[in-house]
Amino acid sequence: MSKTNPVSKISDLPEESKFRPGHRLCAGCGPAITAKLITLAVPEAIIVNATGCVEVGTTIYPYSAWKTPWVHVLFQNNAPVASGIAAALEKLSAEGRAKKLPVIALGGDGATFDIGLGAISGALERLDKIIYICYDNEAYMNTGIQRSGASILGSATTTSPAGRVIPGKQENKKDLIGIVASHHIPYAATATIWLWRDMVNKIRKAVNYSEQGPAFLHILAPCQFGWRYEPHLTVKISRMAVETRLFPIYEVEDGQLKINFRVSKPAPVEEYLKIQRRTRHLLESRNAETLQRLKAWIEWNWLRLENLEKAGKVF
Amino acid sequence: MMTEALARQHRIALTGNDAVAYAVKQANVDVISAYPITPQTFVVETLSRYVNDGELNAKFINVESEHSALSAVIGASLAGARAFTATASQGLAYMWEALYAASGLRLPIVMALAARALSAPINIHNDHSDFFGMRDAGWIMFNGEEAQETYDLTIMAFKIAEDPRVLLPVVVSYDGFIVSHAITNFYALNDDVVKEFLGVRTTGPRIDPDNPRTFGVLALQDSYFEFKRQQYEAMENSRQVIKEVFQKYEEISGRSYAPLKEYMTSDAETCIVAMGSTVGTARHAVKTLREAGEKAGVVGILQYRPWPVKEAEQLFSRFKRIIVMEKVMSPGARAGPVYEDIAATIYPKHSEVKIIDFTYGLGGRDISTRGIIEIYKKGKELIDKGKTDRVYFHGVRGE
Repeated sequence: MSKTNPVSKISDLPEESKFRPGHRLCAGCGPAITAKLITLAVPEAIIVNATGCVEVGTTIYPYSAWKTPWVHVLFQNNAPVASGIAAALEKLSAEGRAKKLPVIALGGDGATFDIGLGAISGALERLDKIIYICYDNEAYMNTGIQRSGASILGSATTTSPAGRVIPGKQENKKDLIGIVASHHIPYAATATIWLWRDMVNKIRKAVNYSEQGPAFLHILAPCQFGWRYEPHLTVKISRMAVETRLFPIYEVEDGQLKINFRVSKPAPVEEYLKIQRRTRHLLESRNAETLQRLKAWIEWNWLRLENLEKAGKVF
Repeated sequence: MMTEALARQHRIALTGNDAVAYAVKQANVDVISAYPITPQTFVVETLSRYVNDGELNAKFINVESEHSALSAVIGASLAGARAFTATASQGLAYMWEALYAASGLRLPIVMALAARALSAPINIHNDHSDFFGMRDAGWIMFNGEEAQETYDLTIMAFKIAEDPRVLLPVVVSYDGFIVSHAITNFYALNDDVVKEFLGVRTTGPRIDPDNPRTFGVLALQDSYFEFKRQQYEAMENSRQVIKEVFQKYEEISGRSYAPLKEYMTSDAETCIVAMGSTVGTARHAVKTLREAGEKAGVVGILQYRPWPVKEAEQLFSRFKRIIVMEKVMSPGARAGPVYEDIAATIYPKHSEVKIIDFTYGLGGRDISTRGIIEIYKKGKELIDKGKTDRVYFHGVRGE
């Protein structure tokens, strides 16, 4: 595999993506934009997709949106399937029996934060030479918007509805990169579709690092269907998540955390919450306590990241 | 054994587990992935030693669960590798959904199973609960009676699985502890003979960057059924392929294999059916019974899936009485799975043949020659009294 270089402008990317039009994902689908950017960033790769929206929406027999080798096996096993492929290709390519390509395990937040986390931890601990990309749309969208470990505090899902007594999910988002980086792998980062260049370059960096061991990307990919906003707002919502500090953009490289998009004056989170029906209820006065908890978490989380950044090579 | 065949092999004393590992090494697998579970653990310990000592050029992936073990092997197999895993008991149960994925994706994976009871209560000893739990998962299923059979079946499993007419995963089961941990003498083929017999894997689904394809599609109401129908056909095709492989293997090894193993069946009136290590004990029991004038025989099941329908009909329709011994319980069913397979094969065409079902040996409870003779006598008596309408238990308190 040859090293990839960073891109600076859109014309540095291939003209055509190997994620083709005609798939059945929604208009304004954040994960679809993610999938497209992945194939633009790394045109030659094997995608190992966990069960989820991207999987079911792109490969309904006899059609496939993928012009690159693509595999789906089960929900929680994309990491070990990818590990098996990478190990086999390493062995077979050394004997001239196969061509080696980057192996990208792709999964939603359900597959990554929840059901597949143990299997992912195994792959990270073994330093398997794979790239893991989580497209996080903060709930189980494929099965109908159920709460996941990635859903934000206060968000309404079909299993954590905004009720009269309990206003949505009462727990904070799981610290995925914290867990991942604690395996001391070569590279882990967050990204989102609004910052496409940052995202593409992180994917390329991840591919380069995957020669040494696993590289991990956590990508926020808004879902208009589950977050309940107008489809044309997807990229804007992705931007607002960053500018409110709700979704910080950072990377952990060689043990050092670095904030890649410094938000000096965060935008009020209320602006973000009110345009989505999953979070709009948090602005009602009776839900003030949950809103306060969310705001406190955002502040604490940002401070935590800044402290980690200052602390040096802590991962 | 013919001298010619003898020249192609060597005598060796190993445990059942090590016999499997030895076969897998000779099969030159490309990728192994496993998780430790008693009593299988030695298979993968030995394999990892082969790999780390440079005796086997394979990738060994130490995963964090059996679910991931089979998943990694599925990935490796999709990439074109010859891939192997081993498991037992809860490990197999934990693999359950991946078992169906492996067969549905038509991957020629080979798995060893040191058969063992399932929780609860927890028990680490031999029965066939795990094995029968995967009955409908679409795998070709063999059961080795001792190290020799288990070794031979493991070698043949790769040949059968990788045949383009088949492309299905194969499980080779052998009794936990009784076979897995007992050291016995057996004949192993020489490395070059196995190498020539198996070659490298060239068939089956394969990720190819130059011809990018989508594996593991979403197949809905309009196509799922056809995929499954093709899988069924592959299992049917395997009958002929297994026959050919057994024959070819006999040519090189001098050892003859058949789906059903017969002992003193030619004039037998009452036949004991068993699977695994019990078959050997049953032969000994039948010898004793014969000396007492009983027209007894034994049928051992070597090939469980595909169920050898023709052979079973020809064979079982010859007896007056069939006494099925099963190391598995199917609560609420008419009888155990082997009884049901035999009954479905011979009834209603040969309704004069009477069958009775005994559950025995669960959780490693020992079965002796005397125990089998008791089962034989009781079974014969119950059949003659017409009392065959329930499952009987042998060797359990309260029966």
